[in-house]
Amino acid sequence: MKKFFAQCYIWILMILLYAPLIFIAVFSFTESKVLGNWTGFSTRLYENLFTGRMQGSASLISAVENTLLIALVSAAVSMILGTIAAIGIHNMTGRGKRALLFLNNIPMINPDVITGVSLFLLFIFLHFSQGYLSVILSHISFGTPYVVLSVMPKLRQMNPNVYEAALDLGATPSQALRKVLIPQLRPGMVSGFILAFTMSLDDFAVTFFTRGTIGLETLSTYIYADARKGGLTPELRPLMTLIFLIILVLLLVINIRQAKMQKSE
Amino acid sequence: MKRSHWSIPYAVFLGVFVVLPLLLILVYALQDGSGHFTFANIARFFSDSDALGTFAVSLEIAIENTLICILLGYPAAWILANRELNRSAVTIVLFILPMWINALMRTLATAELFSMFGIQLGKGTLLFGMVYDYLPFMIYPIYNVLNKMDKSYAEAAQDLGATPWKVFWKVTVPLSMPGVASGVLMVFMPTVSTFAISEFLTNNKIKLFGTIIQENINSSMWNYGAALALIMLVIIGISTMFTGGRGEAEEALI
Repeated sequence: MKKFFAQCYIWILMILLYAPLIFIAVFSFTESKVLGNWTGFSTRLYENLFTGRMQGSASLISAVENTLLIALVSAAVSMILGTIAAIGIHNMTGRGKRALLFLNNIPMINPDVITGVSLFLLFIFLHFSQGYLSVILSHISFGTPYVVLSVMPKLRQMNPNVYEAALDLGATPSQALRKVLIPQLRPGMVSGFILAFTMSLDDFAVTFFTRGTIGLETLSTYIYADARKGGLTPELRPLMTLIFLIILVLLLVINIRQAKMQKSE
Repeated sequence: MKRSHWSIPYAVFLGVFVVLPLLLILVYALQDGSGHFTFANIARFFSDSDALGTFAVSLEIAIENTLICILLGYPAAWILANRELNRSAVTIVLFILPMWINALMRTLATAELFSMFGIQLGKGTLLFGMVYDYLPFMIYPIYNVLNKMDKSYAEAAQDLGATPWKVFWKVTVPLSMPGVASGVLMVFMPTVSTFAISEFLTNNKIKLFGTIIQENINSSMWNYGAALALIMLVIIGISTMFTGGRGEAEEALI
């Protein structure tokens, strides 16, 4: 009985939580301009989205490209910067270590608006022209903490003598790094990369403040502008559905990987 | 080269892209348009009845949202962490999944849903949408703490004669407070500071604090915008101190 009520509660909450997303997904398969007006099954919106036969499709496609480009570049840089930083922080002690870990937490706690405004002021202050580079740098600043936090546990689990042993056995430091250290850290680096990547895909506020006035649009700024013009373009419904599915797959991959790793330990 | 030196590039990066920007908020907030030191921007906030009103409304909505999220989220987290009631790990993934989907997109989906049912946009829909957006951020940290909790405390209380009700209130709830605290941190601050979301959920009828920061920055009132951001930062500092200060939910996602 207790179990029945508990299950009901969980399912009702889950259905409420997903209702808007499910509605968007369902109505991505009909042609109607207005959500909630079912005019028969059709994959027309998907076709329009992929063939570009819709209003403002050129800018939508470039927004998708920008989003992916920014996410890939910033996540890749975050992964490298964050892994090197994690190795350094792992080998530090005392006050310096605590200070760096504290600073590393700030971008994660700060609300997006504050991060956005503060970086906007930074670029103004440095007379740095705002565009792709400023957005990518900003995304690196909030993506790297996640890489640091996913690589650190791997360093703690690692036997510190393995790296030294490789050196003693005649490996050069760069060989020891490539053949010994990085393979052991790789799972953490990949999780960190995926986290930084999704964070970047997800971002609206920071991009909004740091993109300057060169007309750089990412998906979220495009959607924002579109919705402000009054109502969503119908083709955004299939797009949202696809993004939702991609994130679902990415998250499941992370979780299955983690479950596997825990099993193998 | 010592390996602890490997953190130097990141330390420099943090200095430029985290510390300096936050200091610049302080600097711009305490300057007038021509760069002279002044408290006028801060003073302007306290005499600006519109901004004060928005601030009060934001706090009110944020408090209500946080309370509703605790009331709805705690039982859910408790059920999810209870092995007898829930064995599936997939349910947990499904609950945290919305955290990763752009809040703007979820909000627009919610707003479309309201308009489809012909529901008038206003404070009610704003609260509803906010709970939608932030409930996962409350459930996850509480779930994490409950899941890691040593079950022998509850068993000991039971063995010593406490009723299940008493075990729950005297043992489980107090031990799960750190999770509730980080949930509050992850729901309260973002609610106060959201922009865009409140516009879409209320048809521009209700503005939240984040929106007026954005409006001022976008209309080139950098100094006043920075002053508002500074006020926001002070509140973040205070609430972080109260809640013990780590983004536990975000960290736990890793």
